[in-house]
Order: sequence, then structure tokens, then C-alpha cells
Amino acid sequence: MDDLVQITLLSLGVSGLATAISLLIGLPLGTWLALSTFRSRGLVLSVVNTGMALPPVVAGLAVAFLLWRSGPLGDLGLIYTPSAIVLAEVVIATPVILGLAAAGIGQLDPRLQLQLQGLGASRWQTIWWLWREARLSLLAALMAGFGSVISEVGAAMMVGGNISGQTRVLTTAIVLDVGRGEFGSAVALAGILLALAFLINGVLTWAQLRKRQH
Amino acid sequence: MSVRLFSRRTAFPVDSGERTSALLQVRGLVVERGGRRVLDIGQFSVRRAETVAVVGPNGAGKSTLLLAMAFLLRPTRGELAFDGTPVTPRRSLALRRRIGLVLADPLLLDTTVRKNVASGLRFRGVRGRQAGLRVDEWLDRLGILALRDRHARELSSGEAQRVSLARALVLDPEVLLLDEPFASVDVAARAQLVDDTERLLRETERACLLVTHDLDEAGRLGSRMAVVVNGRLRQEGAPQEVLAKPVDPEVAAFVGVETRLPGRLLSVRDGLGTVMVQEHRVEAVTSLSPDRNVLCCLRPEDVTLRPLGRLSPPSPLTSARNRLEGRIVNVASKGPLVHVTVDCGALLVAAVTKTSTLEMGLRPGDRVEASFKATALHLIGLPG
Repeated sequence: MDDLVQITLLSLGVSGLATAISLLIGLPLGTWLALSTFRSRGLVLSVVNTGMALPPVVAGLAVAFLLWRSGPLGDLGLIYTPSAIVLAEVVIATPVILGLAAAGIGQLDPRLQLQLQGLGASRWQTIWWLWREARLSLLAALMAGFGSVISEVGAAMMVGGNISGQTRVLTTAIVLDVGRGEFGSAVALAGILLALAFLINGVLTWAQLRKRQH
Repeated sequence: MSVRLFSRRTAFPVDSGERTSALLQVRGLVVERGGRRVLDIGQFSVRRAETVAVVGPNGAGKSTLLLAMAFLLRPTRGELAFDGTPVTPRRSLALRRRIGLVLADPLLLDTTVRKNVASGLRFRGVRGRQAGLRVDEWLDRLGILALRDRHARELSSGEAQRVSLARALVLDPEVLLLDEPFASVDVAARAQLVDDTERLLRETERACLLVTHDLDEAGRLGSRMAVVVNGRLRQEGAPQEVLAKPVDPEVAAFVGVETRLPGRLLSVRDGLGTVMVQEHRVEAVTSLSPDRNVLCCLRPEDVTLRPLGRLSPPSPLTSARNRLEGRIVNVASKGPLVHVTVDCGALLVAAVTKTSTLEMGLRPGDRVEASFKATALHLIGLPG
């Protein structure tokens, strides 16, 4: 039972932290990508879109290469730690949040920016109000980012090592339990994962419905 | 070639007389987009307490001019000055906080009417009770106080544009910039909104730059009219003067001069010119010198028609010097009026009220006499 709580908390912590970091990177970049016009914008967008479809195992492999004891960042000793999982999950979630944020802000009327500035908004006030106008899309981006990492197995396994009490998260624990034939425990963990997914989507649906009521 | 943008060292040359009246000024304003010159304005200004109506066909560059004058579009080159102070990128936020902007679409924020109207005040750090009172005052002046707690999405087009106007006016701007403010509004609500805007501009004595393609709006709201065609400022003046005396063929076409006939100015005596238009000799008041090609401009409302036939009444005594006979080739309804095209050798368009059309029984094929005064015929000099 203690295991279950510890694994759930670690999963939430690691994925939550990774999502937060991804938001800090993805939201400003996505905003910039949506609002700027430069020649290679199409190229950058297609790179981001590729990143959104990046197989988590590939992201895990890249981070594993980086953190491997003989790798470029091997001296940090991060391989098989929760930090390694966070790093891999940031690589997975950032393109998702960036791409969806850029799409959400890009959907706003381009003249809204002019209207806000014409009412005396500074650069930061303009960006803040554009985020506010695109808040549902941004919430969806955040949820999609979190959803992509909480349910991810391959990378967490590869760079975390599924070490009991240290880097074992919900998904890797389920894989292990099924391998051992411990279906009862696997089902319990899967139930928790499912409840989390339901919670995330519930929040999003509620926000959308509330907006539509107006 | 070095191009200085908003150079701070360039003193904006304004004489003291202009300094007191010209609030927003541009000089040598050029905007290029994709290598194409979309705007090229030598000199243009908005003075205190006047409404300048910038008119022109779609795509003429009117809105680009307005955005540049709102410091929202950086021109390729040129100088802008606000109240005698040159506009620099560093100063543009401070200067933008002295203007009010209303665009064709209301572009309301996803919140209540009150919060929308308060948004500009929030940008300036004005909140709380003071902001609330100002917001309510302007909602009331625009007749939408009852809607203040509604969500912006639940408004009609007319109500939404009123919110947009209130949102700009609550800022007590020194210049109000309106870009086609009535274009998105239902026809039913438009007349009342134009009336109210006219009243508010008069009451507040606010300087205003109004961009519109509608000559009626421009004539009603504008104390001055500026015609922009193909990115250039072609003519500026009192609305009546621009409508009656366009300076070039394109302005003439835009301001509703339906009859534009090429002719030759033969002679001028005491300001009265004789023009040969095809086989007709007509007279026009002009300051042009004789022996040159001209374009004869005649507004439809300045042409009077009289049916000719067995039972036609005798020619009325009028001061109209020009009388041409011809046959009606087309009768077309234009709002409250009917535009009648008469073939007198040259095609002439006359505006007649619907009642008169019925009374005179004007129909295609009928013979009529078209008459117009020498003062109504405006001549534009053409090369050659």
C-alpha cells in the first residue's frame, strides 16, 4: 500500500515538474512563434510538429545517450534518477505544449494584438491579454503535455531504470507487475492512472462547457 | 542608401502656428510591403477639434495610414509627430496612451461589457471605484449602460461596436482613430450609431481621424475630407469642395461624379469657358487656361431632366446655360433616387427622385432635355 502511494506521488511529481518546465519553455516560444513573421517560420513549425509526434522511446534514447556514465553529461550522475525521467519527459512534453500553444494563439484574430496596443497595452500587457483570450487552448496544451508524460513508459524505463522506491512510476510498475503475473497490483495501478486521466480531461471539459454557457 | 527611421536627431519642422493646431502629423510617410509601395503620403495632419475623414476605394491604403498614425505600424520611412514631439519607438507606448483606437470589427475581449470598457484603463493602472465610475459614464453616454454585465459575446453588431467606442472614449484620448467603425454594424443600427458618434465628437471636441469608404459618413462626420487613391493623398479640403471639385479623374470617379466626359476647352472669357464635348458646345465656370484637353465632371444631382414630346411643357426659366437633347438609355434605382442615363451623343447621368420619375413617366427610349448650370460643370485639366 505504501508502495502504491509512493509510486503515485512520484509519478505525479515527476510528470508535474516536467510539465511545468515544458510550459516555461513552450509557452514563450509558442507565443513568439505564433506572433512573429520570419522567413523560416514554416520550417520551425514543421520541426515543432515533428517533435509533437516524437516517439517517447526515441526521446528516452537521446536522453540516455546524454546521461550515460560515459556520455557528455555522464559526470552529473543523473542516469537512473527521477531527474533523468524529468529531463526525458521535458523533451517529450515541450514540443506538445509549444505546438498547441502556438496553434491556440495563432487562432486569435491578428488584429486583436493591434487593438490591445491601440488601447495602450504595453508589450507584456498585450501578451498577457492574448494568453487570457487563448486560455482554453493553453489549458488544453497544458493538459495534453501532462497527459503525454504521465502515460509514458519507454523513456521512464530507459533513463529511470524502474528502481523500486526510487524511479518506479505508475507506468513502469504496471509493466513490471504484468511481467511477474501480479495482475491485481497492475489493475490497481492502472485504475489510478485511469482516474488521473479522467481528472485531467474532466477539468478541461468543465472549462470548455463553462465557456460555452456564456 | 541610408534610411533613418524615426531618427531622434531629426527635428520635426513645425512652425509655431501649426504647433498649436496640428496634433498628429506625418511627413514623407512611405510604407512598402513586399517591395511594393502601398503608401506614400507627403504631408498630412489632424488638427485639434477637427474630424478628418480619410476616404478612398478599397485597398487604397487608408487603413495603413491610420495604423501608422496610431504608431502601430512602423513605416518604411517617414516622420511622425504627436503634438510637436517626434515619435520614436521608445516614446511610442507613451504616445499610444494618448490616442483611442476603434477598428472595423469590435474585437472585444472574452469577458463582460464593463471589463471590456475598463481594459484600456487597466493598462494605465486605473482601477477600482474611479475606473468604475468612468466606465459607467461612457456606457451611459453610448446608451448601453443596461448591457454592462452582459458577456461580450451576447451583443448585437451595433451594441458590440458601441462597446468598442466606449472603450476608446473612456480613455479621454487626445485623438480618436476610427477605422471603418460602422462597417461591421447592421444597416438597421448604423444610422443611429452614426448620429450618436457625430454628437459625441461634437460634444467632446475631440480630434478624430475617420477612415471610411462611405462618402455619406465622411460628409456627415468630417469637417475635412482627404481622398487617398493608390496609396497617395490626392485631395484635401472641405467635404463639399472635394465632392464638387475633384482634382483628378480617379478622385472624380470615387466621389460619385458619374458623368466624366473628355472634351477640349476652346476659350475662356471672364472665367466662363466654352468646351467642345463631341459635337456639343457646353459652358463651364473654370480657372483653367484655354486650348487644352479637359475632363468634364458633372454630378448626377446637378442635372435636370425635362421630357420632350407632343405634350411637353414649355422650357422652364432657369439659369441653366447648358441644354442637351437626347434619349434615355437606362433607368436604375439608387437608394431614394433614380439614376437616368441619357444619350446626348455623349452619355449623361441624371439623378431624379422616384416621385419625379413616375410623374414624368421616364422610360428608356423617351426623348428628354438635360440641363445643367455652368457652375455645376467642373473641369479637370488633362495633359495635351
